[in-house]
Amino acid sequence: MKYSFFVILFTLLIFAAFGQPKYFTKTGKISFYSKSSMENIEAVNTKVVSVWDVASGQIEFAVLLKGFEFEKALMQEHFNENYVESDKYPKAVFKGIIENSKTIQLSGDNVSTVKVNGTLTLHGVTNPVSTNAVITVKSGVVAASCNFSITLADYKISIPSLVAEKINKKISIAVVIPEYQSMTTK
Amino acid sequence: MIKLTIALFVYSILLSMNLQSQDLLKGVEDSVPATQKVTGAFKSTRVINAHSIEMLHKGDLDFRIMHRFGFISSGIKQFYGLDVASMRISFDYGLSDNTTIGIGRSTFRKELDLFIKQRILQQSTGARSIPFSLVLAAGGLVWTEESFAPVKPGFGDRSSYYIQLVAGRKFSSAFSMQLSPIFVHSGSPVNTGDDQTIFAMGGGARLKVSRRMALTFDYHHPFGNLSGSTDPLSVGVDIETGGHVFQLQFSNATGMNERAYITQTTGDFFKGDIRFGFNLSRIFKTGKHKTW
Repeated sequence: MKYSFFVILFTLLIFAAFGQPKYFTKTGKISFYSKSSMENIEAVNTKVVSVWDVASGQIEFAVLLKGFEFEKALMQEHFNENYVESDKYPKAVFKGIIENSKTIQLSGDNVSTVKVNGTLTLHGVTNPVSTNAVITVKSGVVAASCNFSITLADYKISIPSLVAEKINKKISIAVVIPEYQSMTTK
Repeated sequence: MIKLTIALFVYSILLSMNLQSQDLLKGVEDSVPATQKVTGAFKSTRVINAHSIEMLHKGDLDFRIMHRFGFISSGIKQFYGLDVASMRISFDYGLSDNTTIGIGRSTFRKELDLFIKQRILQQSTGARSIPFSLVLAAGGLVWTEESFAPVKPGFGDRSSYYIQLVAGRKFSSAFSMQLSPIFVHSGSPVNTGDDQTIFAMGGGARLKVSRRMALTFDYHHPFGNLSGSTDPLSVGVDIETGGHVFQLQFSNATGMNERAYITQTTGDFFKGDIRFGFNLSRIFKTGKHKTW
């Protein structure tokens, strides 16, 4: 009986140490756009995995490049085969820190704009990325979104001169997390 | 009692370390990767002459122009074969991601061909992995060239049929290989005494040398009685530029449809009876593929 007291005590201690929750999702959405005079290219992936540790402010995203869907199937094939080489580099990963993560109000309806700094690894190249993100809390649902753009050359993704007019050298990326679920400690 | 306290203390520390580990995503991402289709085993729906395991996507219209010149061994008199040209124009269309139909016409014997190509299995990795792709192609052909024979050949004499099974695998991002057994039945064989039904075993391969260039190989060995014919053998280079694929090759076959290259190839590849040729494929997109 005394044992159970200690078990409860320590379990409580653990929870006390991690009072602020961790959030995760497996159904985040990342879309990207390339706009040019010749052609607009757009693709979306709705199986983005993300984890956010509120206490430390750490936030990470991972996405499988093969999961991006294009309007034209041939574009999708070329994207995987010729541009991001998804056989060699299957994933794109963002690891970053949300500034002042602890002070974000997660109870009650709330909208806060935060600054995120981190690194994006894509096509075997890691570059720093910083952007503003919006975290929305509405009737208990924690959601997040942000926009930023990357330059293809920074990630050693080359565009052959023949199609140079069809692909914008700068790609706009939109990240939307419809719902962050709180993670229960295992 | 004390032991238990220590054990729990250590346990809680370990647990907290685990929770604070750098790799946040660990444990959240699926350990078993989802089933993924393997795509791009070949750059085009034809290795060179033969059907490849690649299919057109739904709504894709593939306009192909195939060209074969004369034998390089014919020398300067024929400008090393470039004076002579044989061609096939075709339109292939993707009814769905797994079904392609096509129509083509060759200048050689003024032959018209129709085919349907169906994917049965697609190589996949992950939870439901399939080690190879399987495609079935079937077609009918009829030659329309004017005949000067005393008895004009009827439709049945001028027509022929084929059925081909193509099994292939993308072994790595650079190397793919396929086997393509085929039955060809001709209404009236080119040479009297030749077998009407010919079985041939085929093999094709691709080796990617850069992101947009690949070396290709396409070979068939017909079994049966075909007087004066040789095994069609082609080696080539695929060059892909956006929506175009250029296939340049050296081959001993003039024919670019199944009946012609299987049963009517003459010339010994290794004795210099080689012709230069190219296939040009341009894919046009019709309709919308997906809407979100």
